[in-house]
Amino acid sequence: MIPFYAYRFKVLRVNFMSLNLADVKRIAHLARIAVEEDEMPGYLQQLSNILGLVEEMQAVDTTGIEPMAHAQDVVLRLRDDVVTETDRHAAYQAVAPQVEAGLYLVPKVIE
Amino acid sequence: MQWEIVIGLETHAQLSTLSKIFSGAAIAYGAAPNSQACAVDLALPGVLPVFNRAAAEKAVKFGLAIGAKINRKSIFARKNYFYPDLPKGYQISQYELPIVAGGSLTIQVGEREKTVRITRAHLEEDAGKSLHEDFHGMTGIDLNRAGTPLLEIVTEPDLRSSAEAVAYAKALHSLVRWIGICDGNMQEGSFRCDANVSVRPMGTEKLGTRCEIKNLNSFKFMEKAIEYEVRRQIEIIEDGGSILQETRLYDTDRDETRSMRSKEEANDYRYFPDPDLLPLVLDEAFLEQARATLSELPQAMRERFMRDHGLPAYDAGTLTSSRELAAYFEEAVSALGGEAKMAANWIMGDLSAQLNKDGLDIAASPISAAQLAGLLKRIQDGTISGKIAKEVFVAMWAGEGDADAIIEAKGLKQVSDSGAIEKIVDDIIAANPAQVAEYRSGKEKVFGFFVGQAMKASKGKANPAQLNEILKKKLG
Repeated sequence: MIPFYAYRFKVLRVNFMSLNLADVKRIAHLARIAVEEDEMPGYLQQLSNILGLVEEMQAVDTTGIEPMAHAQDVVLRLRDDVVTETDRHAAYQAVAPQVEAGLYLVPKVIE
Repeated sequence: MQWEIVIGLETHAQLSTLSKIFSGAAIAYGAAPNSQACAVDLALPGVLPVFNRAAAEKAVKFGLAIGAKINRKSIFARKNYFYPDLPKGYQISQYELPIVAGGSLTIQVGEREKTVRITRAHLEEDAGKSLHEDFHGMTGIDLNRAGTPLLEIVTEPDLRSSAEAVAYAKALHSLVRWIGICDGNMQEGSFRCDANVSVRPMGTEKLGTRCEIKNLNSFKFMEKAIEYEVRRQIEIIEDGGSILQETRLYDTDRDETRSMRSKEEANDYRYFPDPDLLPLVLDEAFLEQARATLSELPQAMRERFMRDHGLPAYDAGTLTSSRELAAYFEEAVSALGGEAKMAANWIMGDLSAQLNKDGLDIAASPISAAQLAGLLKRIQDGTISGKIAKEVFVAMWAGEGDADAIIEAKGLKQVSDSGAIEKIVDDIIAANPAQVAEYRSGKEKVFGFFVGQAMKASKGKANPAQLNEILKKKLG
């Protein structure tokens, strides 16, 4: 079966064959991974290889085959709508870097 | 140039479950910060989501109510972006295969009916809340809302004016409450709308570049924001500019929309199926069960009110705007044994006005449907006039008892004793010879003067029909 993922690579909006350094930069930014300039060509090569593999898979005729959403052929278990969790914020907040008035504090973000 | 407005709406309806969509934490509104955020909601390492059956039930109910296709197999996907109120770094949503596809909602715009196509409705989790004030330059994060189940309902770009957009939003708001999947509380954010707005020259097919307006937390603001945005876009285009596709925020204080982020800078969400969640598969029995919990829908009830009770479309629409109001009307009509139009007038008139004035819901009305029917019966059988009934209504509202007790205690019973009315009429004729002469010389308008005098003398209690008859006879 062809993994569902293969159908999704188009969201990267890049042509498989023409991935360039700007794309690598963009992907790194979206993933919030700091990549040094001199590492870029290496990543470009590795990512291109992955996309090359995907392209090879794209060549397979998948007409009439249902895309696979999960590697295991089982379905989702449904949980009853019951509140089972208790308030444990004190324990969770004990390991948080900074807390105030019950809130987790993070560096200022304003969109 | 004539411009056509094109609007599509995306609505997030919070599903009224007890626990979150993927964890057993509570979703009660107004709890202390982070007291309802468990390890799953906090995205602590190693946790896994476990799906809440009730979220699927409510989504299916909605799908059935709008005549949509229920996908027997739907898939959860990760929508990736970084923001501190989203601890996992992705929101679990549905992408390729949503639980509900297609369907439509019929809305009433003035006297016109219009069908709005629904593209899809998908399940997703809400994010937490960021508080930007008062934390010495830091942002405070409350994750109580993280993981709250949402149904995102997306329309086709079928709406052509702010009035249509508001009519759709109201109809949807009424429907989700009617079928009991969302409490519809807009102040608490249980029902939130975003509008995609664009304009195009009248008569053309191609859609213009759209802007998405966020933060429309009331119907009034939705209308104003869309109107502002339409004016803005038309001005730009007429000045030779072009619209930039972007997300805009409506500022309620300044009554304008302003840019939040443009598509250029927007995140690429890189959706992919969530490997932590298996496909959601629903069988026939599941759908049947959901169908069984659906009672008569507002649209069907509206048509029934028009057909069986002979109500005008407007009345039928108003009375079916909420399930409670419709039930009240039906109970009153059944206790009254008919007279639907009279019941409708009183419910939409005096009763609604009083409820509004006191800020009450129909369910909290101090006058029950049976009590209102008791009052209307006395109009119907001629015990009191419609005018006196308003006085009785006010006393009933103040808790002075049932209609009959108030009519009795205040001596409001209509005078239908012809002897007593004749006596009043004789006195008036004797006291007003000039007017009598005028009337007899052909000035029929003076008749009203006698009616007024007689009503005054009887303190409004004279049976109007009888009074007219006696006056005519005596003046004749």
